[in-house]
Amino acid sequence: MAGPAWPDRIYACLEAARVRHVAYVPDAGHARLIELAHADPQMCPTVLTTEEEGIGLLLGAHLGGERGVLLLQSSGVGNCINTLALHASVRFPLLMLVTMRGEWAEFNPWQVPMGQATEKVLQAMGVLTWRADQAEDVEPLVAGAADMAFNGEAACAVLLGQRLIGRKQWVK
Amino acid sequence: MMAKASLDRRAVVAELLQDRDDLLVVTGLGSPSWDAYAAGDHDLTYYLWAGMGSATTTGLGLALAQPKRPVLVLTGDGEMLMGMGALATAALKAPENLTIVALDNGAFGETGNQASHTAAGVSLAGIARACGFPYTTEIDGMAEVARLRLRVHARTSLAFATIHIGKAEHPKALPPRDGVHVKNRLRAALGLQTI
Repeated sequence: MAGPAWPDRIYACLEAARVRHVAYVPDAGHARLIELAHADPQMCPTVLTTEEEGIGLLLGAHLGGERGVLLLQSSGVGNCINTLALHASVRFPLLMLVTMRGEWAEFNPWQVPMGQATEKVLQAMGVLTWRADQAEDVEPLVAGAADMAFNGEAACAVLLGQRLIGRKQWVK
Repeated sequence: MMAKASLDRRAVVAELLQDRDDLLVVTGLGSPSWDAYAAGDHDLTYYLWAGMGSATTTGLGLALAQPKRPVLVLTGDGEMLMGMGALATAALKAPENLTIVALDNGAFGETGNQASHTAAGVSLAGIARACGFPYTTEIDGMAEVARLRLRVHARTSLAFATIHIGKAEHPKALPPRDGVHVKNRLRAALGLQTI
């Protein structure tokens, strides 16, 4: 079954922005994009043990003159809070693409607390946020966030809503 | 347990940073930053002042972006313990130009010398080895520190070294806290532009 087209459009945005480093903690919503990054010899994908590792990695890449993106799930935003101080103190391009859990049609109530706090937590740490709930919003929001991150050394997060990603299937 | 030597941390870091040439350095927050600054401020040193646990990942990103230069992460046992997962992440990428040094005194020196996990036997070099680091070592003597310095510059392989240091305190030597300035001066030294 062909998946939705928006992950391919994100990939095109990242390519156009000359993103090399794709740091990620796997998530079903990002599976296609992760696959594309691994298939691209121009990209350097790095699987992390926890999301905040990606912030250090992207800081280091920027010190060395390369661009990157952090792919994570909303729960992983919680893991990043203290490390986001690096962005506030250093100022470097920090582009985060966050797949949401704990909102629309969430089956697992344990996901809800962090899902509901995700955007507030990002904003509290100085990260600019946008939400995409419709497929047609993904490309312009990611392209705009990438512009502000790479041209202005901003921390920019695009939240990819659960309505966009679809209901998680709990029956195999 | 094997008897551990107590090398002087400032002497160790001064040795590692001598004739540094094109070496890039990332320091973990706390005493390793003071040690690196005491050895001489340098445009190619990045001092971390927050985000405890991020020294290894910052060094990893830098090593991947600058493969022709040696990259040295200088951190302590406390900072390394907070980011141990990063050793697994670094081992997967295994950049040949990256060396991570943990200055291990078995204590959280900045907060009153409380005993850390390594004092009770946790081996950071052992963890790095188990993660798949192609080279790990535990160092108790200055001659081995000098050999490690040569290995760092040779960019032979990803490496992890625990260096057993004493708890003797030194006067604080505080590097600049302006992260934007230190970032821009490092990038400028690499020929990179600011925004």
